[in-house]
Amino acid sequence: MSIDLEQFHETFFEESFEGLDIMESGLLELEQGEVDLENINTIFRSAHSIKGGSGTFGFSAVAEFTHDMETLLDQMRNGERQVSVSVVETLLGSVDVLRNMLNAIRDGSDIDVDSVAETTVAIKAILGLENTTTDSVKEQVSEAAAKGWIVHFTPHIDIMKTGNDTVRLIRELNSLADKAEVTVNNDALPPLSELEPEDCHQSWVINLIGGEVSEDDIREVFAWVDDECDLKIEAMAKEDDYIGPERRDDDRRQKAPERRNTERRSGKSSESSSIRVNISKVDELINMVGELVITQSMLSRFGDQEDFTPATIERLKDGLAQLEGHTRELQESVMRVRMMPISFAFQRFPRLVHDLSTTFEKKIELIVTGETTELDKTVLEKIGDPLVHLVRNSLDHGIESPADRVKAGKSETGVIELSAFHQGGNIVIQIKDDGAGLNKNKILSKAKEKGLVSQDERMPDDQVYDLIFRPGFSTADVVSDVSGRGVGMDVVRRNIRELGGAVEVKSTPGEGSVFTIRLPLTLAILDGQLVGIGDETYILPVISIIESLQVKTENINAVAGNAEVYRLRDEYIPIVRLYQIFGIKPISTDLENGLLVVVEAEGKKIAIYVDDLLGQQQVVIKSLETNFKKIEGLSGATILGDGTVALIIDIAGLIDLYQKDMASSVVSIKGAAA
Amino acid sequence: MATILAVDDSASMRQMVSFTLKGAGYQVTEAADGQEALTKAKSQQFDLIITDVNMPVMDGITFIRHLRGEANYKFIPMLMLTTESAGDKKAQGKAAGATGWIVKPFNPDQLLNTVKKVLG
Amino acid sequence: MSETAEELEAQETEKEFKELLTFFLAGEEYGVDILRVQEIKGWDSVTNIPNTPEYIRGVINIRGAIVPIIDMRLRFMLEKKEYDATTVVIILNVVSKGNADRVMGVVVDAVSDVYNVPANDVKASPDFGTAVDTEFVTGLATIDEKMIIVLDIDHMLNAAELAVVDQMSE
Repeated sequence: MSIDLEQFHETFFEESFEGLDIMESGLLELEQGEVDLENINTIFRSAHSIKGGSGTFGFSAVAEFTHDMETLLDQMRNGERQVSVSVVETLLGSVDVLRNMLNAIRDGSDIDVDSVAETTVAIKAILGLENTTTDSVKEQVSEAAAKGWIVHFTPHIDIMKTGNDTVRLIRELNSLADKAEVTVNNDALPPLSELEPEDCHQSWVINLIGGEVSEDDIREVFAWVDDECDLKIEAMAKEDDYIGPERRDDDRRQKAPERRNTERRSGKSSESSSIRVNISKVDELINMVGELVITQSMLSRFGDQEDFTPATIERLKDGLAQLEGHTRELQESVMRVRMMPISFAFQRFPRLVHDLSTTFEKKIELIVTGETTELDKTVLEKIGDPLVHLVRNSLDHGIESPADRVKAGKSETGVIELSAFHQGGNIVIQIKDDGAGLNKNKILSKAKEKGLVSQDERMPDDQVYDLIFRPGFSTADVVSDVSGRGVGMDVVRRNIRELGGAVEVKSTPGEGSVFTIRLPLTLAILDGQLVGIGDETYILPVISIIESLQVKTENINAVAGNAEVYRLRDEYIPIVRLYQIFGIKPISTDLENGLLVVVEAEGKKIAIYVDDLLGQQQVVIKSLETNFKKIEGLSGATILGDGTVALIIDIAGLIDLYQKDMASSVVSIKGAAA
Repeated sequence: MATILAVDDSASMRQMVSFTLKGAGYQVTEAADGQEALTKAKSQQFDLIITDVNMPVMDGITFIRHLRGEANYKFIPMLMLTTESAGDKKAQGKAAGATGWIVKPFNPDQLLNTVKKVLG
Repeated sequence: MSETAEELEAQETEKEFKELLTFFLAGEEYGVDILRVQEIKGWDSVTNIPNTPEYIRGVINIRGAIVPIIDMRLRFMLEKKEYDATTVVIILNVVSKGNADRVMGVVVDAVSDVYNVPANDVKASPDFGTAVDTEFVTGLATIDEKMIIVLDIDHMLNAAELAVVDQMSE
């Protein structure tokens, strides 16, 4: 009967990755010079666990690799080895290698044998070990062909106090041979009145006959009680003494696949399909459901009602109100289950910043706040890569070299602030640096060069900065390995928009830049404003709406081309005739007959012309892509109370569509009032 | 059927040990560190203890030492999960009162054989 | 005389049947694998999707799923026809390699019948002008003296839909 261990693999991978994170942050702390014994122990235990688990589940390459790490850490925690920066650096490197190995195994791709070998050499060098192949050929002299054995087994008096059972030992011994003769010696037994039942005073002589038993087999049986007994083993009659080399069967020593795979695994985002939930959240859910069941059974009684008096109708209304309340509470509870603190996404940054500051030869201090801010698990998993890109960008292009900073009258060390907080129905993540800020002129000229804007374009600063998010844009003089390849920022914006969020940048030359990401707290539900355009119903996210107003013709100004702006107090906001962009037949094309809904996304405002405002409600967001495809300007669809489908507008996407439409126009979109 | 207490700070190891032993008909209780194990062992009688050595809060050897002191655990077999190279851990464990050890890494069959031998 | 392996195999495949749901479209009868048919609905109102080709009528709600509806006449540039009592929407499970299955609906003139056709009887179609691109045609079957054009649903509703629509919205 063999048990399939594969079912435990996923748990092993998860806990190993967690362990690696713990090791990494612990090692980073060590590097700062804080030698804390508890910290080293924690790092050791993580390595030890990974080694144990990988060996158990058959991942021998991992076990082998971790073994040396563990030895090194063991020396450090015993005080046999000093904690030095180079040792910590090597260990940090090996954490990376391990991560890649585990990812490779999990994904079924090739392990990067080269990096494993390289790091192994480094660790062994520190340990002072030769890089020996660990195939041990043990020469064994086997006297297996003895006819039998005589085993003198004299347990010490306390043998039973370690839970060992002499009967069990003898039974095990007997199972080795064909025949066994057991003789007990009770000479040492004290008289009954003095006998302590917990003490062992007996000894045995066991004759083992036949069965091809070796002396090692016998010693194996007594392995546990080696120092709790006296053991004498005599061969009965020697026949052929067979002496020869016997290979110690180390089937655990499988070599990692020899394929030369030098492609560095970037570590696929571990999108695990499981989630750890605090038990209190689960209890909350159970309570909510209980309430719901009660309300439901109360309401179902109305189904049997014959006639409805005003009193019954009142009670029915009450019941329905309760139902609404409980459903809403349940919904909120369930959404909280999917929420996890953003620390999971933030925790890679100390390491990243540490590595990159070395690469770029800059001094950086990373300040992280708001790690406990919670957001949806799926959003959390997908926001990691965009965040990394933005931080890398700040580090690479934002923060100046120490020399330049001093020249500018700043301190040598640049500061990057990573923060998260809740605002309205969103989570806001900010990446702020005190670097040189965005270079407006460089950006503008590059954009003109790439044909992204016309030659004589005049734009306010905010709009210029926003150009960095356009596809194909990059101002890096040398395409650095890390960023500046021109595929970065537009992908970042796209990824964030796919999550239903938005990203914008504000910058002050010489002082620094701030990237602000806004994400919805949940991917599933939205507060929607229903609007009517012609005989179709569309939905605008309430969170994007600034205000709605009736049109006063005198405030409408035409601008060269076919653009219109609306004067709202001291701002000019572009009017977007949605029916034109979407090809719908409106009830009226006269703006005065409809309404303008002023919305904002990514720092830009527009006024959408609609025929009617139809009320607000919470809508469940359904993807159009499941059965169809992504449509520009739409973020999804929902099903209204009457069963029909209504489309949800993606404000940022709509603004893009509008701008494409107005490509030749001179109108610039005014940024949000500061 | 016999009851076993399996102690290891690694969830995947606990799962594997639990699954293996339950499949053979044993009742298994899990604990993630020595302290938790000690509490559970005191509140319920187990026929066999299997524990890892390196754990947070309370390590396996300390756990065994404490449990050995309990009257109803004087003769209960207690096995440590150790690695091949940790020779001194075996000695320390024995000194603390461990019955024996199982060497890591082990496969489920090895585990079952050892448990069967010990529990009879 | 014992049968050769080939003869046995031929007999085996002969026993294979394809069950087809057939429908009418502009005077021709077409068939689709019944296993792909999820359900058949009458024509009901649809939510239009902006900036999509005319043959994509829009989306409907089927028990919580958003399902796109394609008008087959418009798709293959056949004469437009008013929807009437016989007009139906056939909801299909579309398989695409490497992606999850999708659900899509097609509007046809009327449903015909369900036939069990021996797989061997579906012959390769010669390149004469059927309204539907021959690349979407698995073959032709003859049932009760009628010619049934057997469609490759996956091919027709996969690459076609996405590719064509992409080009159009550029």
